[in-house]
Amino acid sequence: MERKIRVLVAKPGLDGHDRGAKVIARALRDAGMEVVYTGLRQTPEQIVSASIQEDVDVIAMSILSGAHNHLFPRVMQLLAEKSIDDVLVIGGGVIPDEDIPGLKAAGIAGVFTPGTPTTETIEFIKNNLKRGI
Amino acid sequence: MSDNIGKSFEDYDSGVEKALIRFPERKKTFSTGSKAPVKRLYTPLDDSARDYLRDIGFPGDYPYTRGVQNTMYRGRFWTMRQYAGFSTAEESNKRYKFLLAQGTTGLSVAFDLPTQIGYDSDHALSQGEVGKVGVAIDSLADMEILFDGIPLDKVSTSMTINAPAAVLLAMYIAVAEKMGIGPDKLEGTIQNDILKEYIARGTYIYPPESSMRLITDIFAYCSRSVPNWNTISISGYHIREAGSTASQEVAFTIADGIAYVDAAVKAGLDVDAFGPRLSFFFNSHNDLFEEAAKFRAARRVWAKVMKERFGAKNPKSLSLRFHTQTAGSTLTAQQPDNNIVRVAIQALAAVLGGTQSLHTNSKDEALALPTEASVRIALRTQQVIAYESGATETIDPLAGSYYVESLTDRIQKEAEAYIATIDGMGGAVKAIERGYIQQEIQDAAYAYQMDIESGERVVVGMNKFQIKEGSPTGLLRVDPKVGEQQSAKLRDLRAKRDNVRVEAALKALRNAAEGTDNLMPPILEAVRAYATLGEICDVMRGIFGEYQQKVIL
Repeated sequence: MERKIRVLVAKPGLDGHDRGAKVIARALRDAGMEVVYTGLRQTPEQIVSASIQEDVDVIAMSILSGAHNHLFPRVMQLLAEKSIDDVLVIGGGVIPDEDIPGLKAAGIAGVFTPGTPTTETIEFIKNNLKRGI
Repeated sequence: MSDNIGKSFEDYDSGVEKALIRFPERKKTFSTGSKAPVKRLYTPLDDSARDYLRDIGFPGDYPYTRGVQNTMYRGRFWTMRQYAGFSTAEESNKRYKFLLAQGTTGLSVAFDLPTQIGYDSDHALSQGEVGKVGVAIDSLADMEILFDGIPLDKVSTSMTINAPAAVLLAMYIAVAEKMGIGPDKLEGTIQNDILKEYIARGTYIYPPESSMRLITDIFAYCSRSVPNWNTISISGYHIREAGSTASQEVAFTIADGIAYVDAAVKAGLDVDAFGPRLSFFFNSHNDLFEEAAKFRAARRVWAKVMKERFGAKNPKSLSLRFHTQTAGSTLTAQQPDNNIVRVAIQALAAVLGGTQSLHTNSKDEALALPTEASVRIALRTQQVIAYESGATETIDPLAGSYYVESLTDRIQKEAEAYIATIDGMGGAVKAIERGYIQQEIQDAAYAYQMDIESGERVVVGMNKFQIKEGSPTGLLRVDPKVGEQQSAKLRDLRAKRDNVRVEAALKALRNAAEGTDNLMPPILEAVRAYATLGEICDVMRGIFGEYQQKVIL
């Protein structure tokens, strides 16, 4: 039998806007995934460590403060340092279009901006997992 | 009379029911923006339980349903106050001078996240966040630049600062001192509302008990020394942004207000000494009538609470004065020009609801911080409402509308039911610790999103009437070097200031924090000595500890 997709929903940085993160977390759960939500103010180190501890298939980060260019690549760098390459990492929030190519180059597989339906994120996760379910 | 109306209404209703067979309505059920059911028609029949003098009354009189002043906008307009701040104190000072030149009548300072959470710009956790969502303030030196050339005895200033509110207020007092302006001449507001940070906004530092002490210390200090300062802005804005309904916004805000008054009374303060300086902050969404009714209901609920629960006698303690901001969460990244129209409707609702001050959001806020050009349109929207719409010529123009009065009654009833539930849990602090308030908001937020995705809730340009669009251009970007610049300023400051004086001031603060003395005087002395925000907040972290969020999903 197929196991459930495991997702870490994370809030990196000091941003307190978690409406989006919580709505996404719940939508992923309703779509049959197992979801762990970190709560606010997570450092990239804490996020990577939680992802290992929870053995997740996906890290989904949300940030609305504008610190994405610093924090998202930092998470990718820490994963690489631990030679973790089978976790799908995605991000969302108030992110200008012009920042997206840079984030993708850093390894963020999908970037979702305001107005994205949760169904789109769910489909993206299902179609882009890096390890077998 | 109502017998005749009742009979006629039945005739009308049966006629409609027949016609519906051939001409059905657009949908089976109709509802407000907050999903409360809406009837086809409201008539005098809906007014039967209402007593004009008891429930509505006159402007400037209990229960203040019609407004808190007796002439409202015929006396003067609301304060047009645009929330602004980004990058360095120098950049933000330029934006404030631009806004004042364009006709804003009050300042509203946005601080960056490190400042809001009491970290200096060179702290490890500040990396990537310095100057992003507001201006970076590390010490009195930055604050002096921020208000350079702005007459603080003539402009009122609102500061969105909560956990470290005492420190930023002290800096404001100290800047004014240097300009030769006494604290009794200062007018403005600190948000200082920690409970909604735990609920919805996230910039907390200390646990509830110590945070409540800081807040009541500010109440006590200001009632003696800064008499025209609004010591708190009890905020529903962020509760609504997090996804609550209109009734929940009123309920949870007033439940928080009750907790603050309770704490201050328990600390030995007289309700009529600090009550007049309590102020509120609400959101304004797209449902024009429901939002206008919400403000009217909030005034009525608060007046009753202050009179009946706390025995306040000063009319100023009973009247709910509030700032309004239009709803950031309703703005779309798609077809952003449409946001101008949304903001206009929301701003009109706030004016029809009798707001004392107003921030109108800019059209590009779902994409980035606003540019000067889009801020100007947002401000012009307020000016068009004030000078051209006619909504300001008489007081509370929607009063007596069968529909709006029904909405007002319903919101009051729903809010009071929530407040009773929260009372039953032991008050707002306990309800937050249990996660009750957060859960109620999250349920509403999820339902809202699902309604958008099913298409039941139409968002023009986003899930209906979409077009193909290119990437938006001309967005404001904060220079990523701001963090380095602030760090360099800090190194310089720490080298040049009188570090003996700083150490002594921080030691005095530590002693006060360990005991029960009012914290404002030692914080003010530390600020004057150019102790940094992070140093001051760290002293209190050492004594008070840090709040651990209850994660609710």
